[in-house]
Amino acid sequence: MENLTFTQEVKPPDTKKGPVKWLKDNLFNTWYNTILTCLALVFLFFVFRGVLTWVFTQANWQVIPANLQIFSIGPYPLEQIWRVSYVIYGLAVLLGLSAGIWNGLTRQITVVIGCLGAIILLLPFATSIREQTLIATVILAVSFAIGRNKDNWKQWVVVGWVLSFPWTMMMLHGFGADTVSTTLWGGLLLTLILAAVGIVACFPLGVLLALGRRSQLPAIKWVSTVYIETVRGVPLIAILFMGNVLLPIFMAGDFQLDKVIRAMIALTLFSAAYMAENVRGGLQAIPQGQVEAAQAVGLTYPKATLFIVLPQALRAVIPAIVGQFISLFKDTSLVAIIGLLDLLGIGRSVLGNSEWTGLQAEVFLFIALIYFIFTYAMSHVSQKIEADLGVGKH
Amino acid sequence: MTENENITNDPIIICEDVHKWFDDFHVLKGITTTFKKGERAVICGPSGSGKSTFIRTINRLEEHQRGTIIVDGIELSNDLRNINLIRQEVGMVFQQFNLFPHLTNIKNITLGPIQVRKMSKKAAEEAALALLERMDIADQAYKYPAEISGGQQQRVAIARALAMEPKIMLFDEPTSALDPEMISEVLDVMRELAHSGMTMLVVTHEMGFAREVADRIMFFDEGVVIEEAAPADFFDNPQHERTKLFISQTLQH
Repeated sequence: MENLTFTQEVKPPDTKKGPVKWLKDNLFNTWYNTILTCLALVFLFFVFRGVLTWVFTQANWQVIPANLQIFSIGPYPLEQIWRVSYVIYGLAVLLGLSAGIWNGLTRQITVVIGCLGAIILLLPFATSIREQTLIATVILAVSFAIGRNKDNWKQWVVVGWVLSFPWTMMMLHGFGADTVSTTLWGGLLLTLILAAVGIVACFPLGVLLALGRRSQLPAIKWVSTVYIETVRGVPLIAILFMGNVLLPIFMAGDFQLDKVIRAMIALTLFSAAYMAENVRGGLQAIPQGQVEAAQAVGLTYPKATLFIVLPQALRAVIPAIVGQFISLFKDTSLVAIIGLLDLLGIGRSVLGNSEWTGLQAEVFLFIALIYFIFTYAMSHVSQKIEADLGVGKH
Repeated sequence: MTENENITNDPIIICEDVHKWFDDFHVLKGITTTFKKGERAVICGPSGSGKSTFIRTINRLEEHQRGTIIVDGIELSNDLRNINLIRQEVGMVFQQFNLFPHLTNIKNITLGPIQVRKMSKKAAEEAALALLERMDIADQAYKYPAEISGGQQQRVAIARALAMEPKIMLFDEPTSALDPEMISEVLDVMRELAHSGMTMLVVTHEMGFAREVADRIMFFDEGVVIEEAAPADFFDNPQHERTKLFISQTLQH
């Protein structure tokens, strides 16, 4: 280190710029850029004035608070709404415990959801809904406190998450005489259920199809390839129609699959084909040397795939996979065509009410905002996951 | 050169007329040889001569299409169980290291013992740390492969292979991808391993290492072993014209 005393320490050139300097360098550096900047500002002024005037003076936002409950749960009967609450309480326990056990991202997500709960308290929902939201938020906070540093609970919480799916479905539907038919499920509730089931189910199926397509066993390879290419060649609407119209014809006798379940199956099968191709892109990026090194230490094909190939392959295609999840989330809106009342479908039925005719702009803008909030959250979380996993670093 | 006091008379690898084709290209044209327990064999030859392909057939990374290979009493066939048994006994070090980039160095090493040898996590980690100590890089255990130098990565790769406690170690040009100043740290580790009595098959261009450590040097050209001899004979009294040319060219620098 002594040598350093002989060399002058040279500071790197100052590359930071103040906002004024930035404006000068980028927007007003020549006379024609100055003119273009001014024209653009005038244009933006008129556009924004139009939009803002409409939003604040002309639009009739009455339709949103008046129908908030409909947008949230659709025609789900209010006297059965405790079912939704129990589902939310269950999820709040799991989420709280997870946030306590796993640090970082899970905790951040939980905090955001807790804040959402607080916001709902301020919105004009029915008093019962606000009460239940308050309870859920408290449960979330308490389970977080309980879950702190309970590392040995990890596997039980994972089991809990797996069981939360059948629990949710059974809870919402109910048993015996006291049931809520799925035809009464709707709004954001239905959209979230369809998306969650589709995402969770299409991922493993897609991974298996991707591995199948690269299999050395011809039968598996061809079945996977034909499946992927066929499904990718058919529009989702067509698959939803087929599930809706054809499946009941093929099904024998009295046994009929529920309409919502059919939509779930259609969405899952459709997404899995795209998921498979995304995952296959990641598999192809893994150098042959990785597989050879895994084989050389004696790992069998399933173990080499599970521990060496898939972790690297999936990490490489997180952006594509999350893109697929976002598409799937938005594609759930197509179930409106087969008569389900998801968020978009319920929006249209609200507009069909004579009280609210002519308010398309307000309703669709609101629905677009809801979709945006969820998809943006997914995109944001995926970037966080990439950063956490150190993608591109090691 | 010191005499190898670990070499025995028990054969551990027996190759009988081994052939291999890549499509129409005949890479291995009938290799017949026997390696003894504790033997250190260096395999050299020009690129494309089939030397890497040959050692890769021994743990079935390449399938041979004719002839027989028997490793530690087990014949290599299409039987997956045999292949996995042999791979547990045969460690391999690659030219490009092939460390698993998503795992820390210590997890690279413990994966095989935990998943294949069914060792407990704790025992595997202790063994891995001892191996890293032996490789003189214990302080790099919890870093990722991308965070350490090439020479250090190759030593982690050697530790990964040794963690399976193999009877045979295969080295496929272990120093060819390294910067010159890192070559010696890897060769030092290999020397130490040789003196510990490990059976070693080393494909390398490091002729100094070959002369010092090898019991036998095999010279490959166009898929056949055209000359094999003890290092002294090989370097000072080569028989074949092709060998003479190779030695004069490699010793020039």
